[in-house]
Amino acid sequence: MTAPTPLLSARALTKQFGGRNGCRNVSFDLYPGEVLCIVGESGSGKTTLLNTLALRTEADSGTLHYTSANRDHLDLRALSEPRRRLLMRTEWGFVQQNPREGLRTGVSAGANIGEPLMAVGARHYGQIRATATQWMERVELDATRIDELPAAFSGGMQQRLQIARNLVTGPRLVFMDEPTAGLDVSVQARLLDLLRSLTATLHLSVLIVTHDIGVARLLAHRLMVMQGGEVVEAGLTDQVLDDPQHPYTQTLVSSVLPV
Amino acid sequence: MNARDTAAAAPEYDSAAEGYNFAYLDEQTKRMIRRALLKAVAVPGYQVPFAAREMPLPFGWGTGGIQVTASIIGRDDTLKVIDQGSDETTNAVNIRRFFARTAGVKTTRRTVEASIVQTRHRIPETPLTDKQILVYQVPNPEPLFRLEPRVAESRKLHALADYGLISVKLYEDIVHHGSIATTYDYPVIVNNRYLASPSPIPKYDNPKMHMNAALQLFGAGRERRIHAIPPYTPVRSLDFDDHPFEVQSWDHACALCGSTNSFLDEMIVDDSGKRMFVCSDSDYCHERRTEQAGANEAGEQA
Repeated sequence: MTAPTPLLSARALTKQFGGRNGCRNVSFDLYPGEVLCIVGESGSGKTTLLNTLALRTEADSGTLHYTSANRDHLDLRALSEPRRRLLMRTEWGFVQQNPREGLRTGVSAGANIGEPLMAVGARHYGQIRATATQWMERVELDATRIDELPAAFSGGMQQRLQIARNLVTGPRLVFMDEPTAGLDVSVQARLLDLLRSLTATLHLSVLIVTHDIGVARLLAHRLMVMQGGEVVEAGLTDQVLDDPQHPYTQTLVSSVLPV
Repeated sequence: MNARDTAAAAPEYDSAAEGYNFAYLDEQTKRMIRRALLKAVAVPGYQVPFAAREMPLPFGWGTGGIQVTASIIGRDDTLKVIDQGSDETTNAVNIRRFFARTAGVKTTRRTVEASIVQTRHRIPETPLTDKQILVYQVPNPEPLFRLEPRVAESRKLHALADYGLISVKLYEDIVHHGSIATTYDYPVIVNNRYLASPSPIPKYDNPKMHMNAALQLFGAGRERRIHAIPPYTPVRSLDFDDHPFEVQSWDHACALCGSTNSFLDEMIVDDSGKRMFVCSDSDYCHERRTEQAGANEAGEQA
């Protein structure tokens, strides 16, 4: 049996802002169906790394490769803008920390879920609507509220709406920037449960940024711990959390309040 | 009446515009606009930026259209100006007088006689020919404006032909009204490439833009953009497969000329709410009535 090809592979990826902050020298491979969590304190470069990987900011140096659905090995940093956008529309999703940034607030929930479909050429209203209804149900939203504006939904519902919008095109890789931050604990738990079942059933590869060790423990197969822009420790989730090697990881793990 | 048709170039108007260049704008400005026009014609539907000048009328009254007309008009041209289909409304009367004075050109109300038709809100019912140019006054040339407020981003969307967003607008229409309720300024795809806003013409006129023999120029003065549809260019109105594009229809015929295939205006004629439907294209209606009168007379004589 041959080793599976990584979906996304980064080597010595660096993005800095005037020689400071950002992320330095990050290398990893993400395999199909894998959930990789990036944890670290605020200011450790997690979000910068995620944005660089999702091509939302241009990397300074390093290489970034992606294996597309038709087995093309793409050099993402050299990819042209139209190809990048096509990739983002068809194979990727990006879930923002604040759902209002990821949603179009001026149009209904159904239109928000339907927009990615229309962007890839869906031109049948009935079908778009049926798919949107289906996805509302999948993320446990009341499908009869399909015509309401995002503002009419609660924070947790908006986050689920954003997740539905990102998954509707059947992406292979989803980036998530602290998807559960800013939600109350019970809503967080339900959302995490939902995410876990969705990633498993859809065989998604997910890159999650979080500062919440609990999120990492629950969702991630593998973990990368960042401090000061560098990856200080990486490995299987349980391994890293149960037997932290780096002093920073040890502090991080021990700083979780026992319930 | 203050805007008589000038069958020949009227010398008394020339004197009124003494000290002005032909057709008001200076030659350098006209060259600049013509360059923009050439580019617009070369890339159908693409919005070409141009340095719109201050014109002696407020933005929204046709500053874009008037600048385009001023830069393409010649001494041998015959100008017709319509506003909401009519030659008699304030905007039409004033712009017609403006060019009669500053360019001394012939003006007309008959669509067939005109070589340049400047229009606001309508395309004439009488089919245009390849000898004619239709100039539109455009308030907002950007169809994505309400959906994507960032100008740089919407230009990128145009460049990449990434037009999923405009379908969202149509989707929302169906959600709220049960059908695509956009009745004017209905978005079109020009030459199978660029998304364009056809200026606030009713969607009834959209099919007339498709493969039209006349050159169609769009000038937006405040937004400083020019776009164009060259003769015989395919223009497709956007729709959904299960909600196809449809034009308006009326249960009435024009109360004056009896036409059943023109765009009708609903007019309330008294305090008790009595209404009447008449052609919005005043020239079309007038021509038909003249024809009918002629036929009646011939009938009586026989």
